[in-house]
Amino acid sequence: MSVTTLRAERPRGRTSSAVFKAFLYVSIGVGIATLGTLLITVVAKGWKYVDLVLLLEPPSADPQIAGARPAILATIYLGLLLIAFSVPIGVGTAIYMEEYANRDRWYNRLLEVNIQNLAAVPSIVYGILGLAFLVRGIGLGRVLLAGAMILTLVVLPTVIIAAREAIRAVPDSIRQGAYALGATKWQVIWRQVLPAATPGIATGSILALSRALGETAPLLLVGALTYVSFDPTILGDFTALPVQIYQWVARPQEDFRVLAASGIIVLLAILLTLNAFAIWIRNRYQRKW
Amino acid sequence: MATQEVSAGAVRLRATRRRWGEDVVKVVLALCALISILTTVGIVVSLFLPAIEFFRDVSLWGFLSGTTWAPLFQPSHFGVQPLVAGTILVSLCAALVALPFGLGSAIYLSEYARATERKVLKPTLEILAGIPTVVYGYFALTLISPLLKDLGLQAGVFSALSAALVMGVMLIPTVASLSEDAMSAVPRDLRDGAYALGSNRMQVSLRVVVPAAISGIIASFVLAISRAVGETMIVLIAAGGQPNLTFDPREAVQTMTAFIAATGQGDVPTGSIEYKTIFAVGATLFVLTLVMNLFSIRLVRKFREVYE
Repeated sequence: MSVTTLRAERPRGRTSSAVFKAFLYVSIGVGIATLGTLLITVVAKGWKYVDLVLLLEPPSADPQIAGARPAILATIYLGLLLIAFSVPIGVGTAIYMEEYANRDRWYNRLLEVNIQNLAAVPSIVYGILGLAFLVRGIGLGRVLLAGAMILTLVVLPTVIIAAREAIRAVPDSIRQGAYALGATKWQVIWRQVLPAATPGIATGSILALSRALGETAPLLLVGALTYVSFDPTILGDFTALPVQIYQWVARPQEDFRVLAASGIIVLLAILLTLNAFAIWIRNRYQRKW
Repeated sequence: MATQEVSAGAVRLRATRRRWGEDVVKVVLALCALISILTTVGIVVSLFLPAIEFFRDVSLWGFLSGTTWAPLFQPSHFGVQPLVAGTILVSLCAALVALPFGLGSAIYLSEYARATERKVLKPTLEILAGIPTVVYGYFALTLISPLLKDLGLQAGVFSALSAALVMGVMLIPTVASLSEDAMSAVPRDLRDGAYALGSNRMQVSLRVVVPAAISGIIASFVLAISRAVGETMIVLIAAGGQPNLTFDPREAVQTMTAFIAATGQGDVPTGSIEYKTIFAVGATLFVLTLVMNLFSIRLVRKFREVYE
């Protein structure tokens, strides 16, 4: 019998392992350091104009007295309309795809690829659709409703994908139980599946909303780049908070850059609140099956 | 009560009356689904009809081969190459940041980080993805551009480089989250097998996990590049507004998206040639991103089929 000697080999590739690990730290560090720098510079620069004037006054050529009231109000209106439009349509589509659609049918597979692609279509392309179809085509004009409709189309794929995941996470045993008690298909969906999927749908929809309220490019094309000094109405001219920020950034004067930073603080505060709310719902209400 | 009927012995089963409400519900839900199909149809029709009209006035060959883009000047030139070059330049530079660092972040999160670390790092990276692009544009213009100017990497106020660097960082979470999904789907057995053969963590990551997850990783790369091509606000704010046929990232350029936004935000008269250029360039952009998206969707499906 031959004797095999095992001895600890000097671990090879120790240096390359260390270099690789350093690269991984740098990779994750770049993103987080940028986020930190961005937040700190914005707050440091814009803090001095974050006050009641910014929140309550209309824009002005004088940065000292310029506010973002019409833009903030329009962003709130846009948010409410977005929820009203995108949640019913998105959840309806998700229910159809998860509970009714037969995946062997070509049109259902087409629907699926179509939604995945729509999720990745550049938002400015939706803006072109809005310009050609809503603003000029059917003559709706450059109004807040047109902006809300276009943003609805932008976020719809995201809402659908989130709602589908929430519906899919509801275990089949719940559906079977309800069927066994004699419920019809819609009764099963309406009284069992949807209530169980609501936290997931709410989380996904709020995250999608926060993404949409930060969108600028599609709104530029439906005419949000205007000087609006009055409170917006649904069928009137409008500008939204990100568009207002863009208007201020685009001006060369330093004071307007500062004002842009202040607007960014307000916008980020709204979006981060929405995000935090979504995460709170997820942690508080979501069940692990 | 149902129980009484059962105990009564012979139970008569008969088809319940047709419930019309159930059918109505199904039709309503299918109509909801139809909206997203109609969206695609709407995009295609609203882009391509005016684009076809545009190509009646300007030859397709002249559009694709021309090296001067000056639609608003007299005499006007409609060569799309400067816009395409600007788009490629910015996307390429952004990809050089987003792809390696995004993949590095994914490997760290999936293979190296402890559970507690992941719980903090992942949502933090997600915040990066949730910041509006107009904010990134502001950041590129007011912080990165002056910095690059001090380093001698850009001449004027605007450059392709400052827009691309910020866009690259913005896209890190896109690459990281999809790649990490693909890596998490790789079965543990494969890793354990490699460890049993004496591999270290780096070898397991690079020679087992990354190759096994490669279709998902490439999908994330393609998706990130498609996002970079379609990104508007950062380039509109920080890259400058002059169409410029160059591959020098230190110069100011205009991308396809920035042109569309700059032209479409004004009061261009419907039916004029300037108005139609928006759609010609938009159609080019749509086709370009569509090809990349379909490729990426196919790859994602592939890795899902293998391991899930």
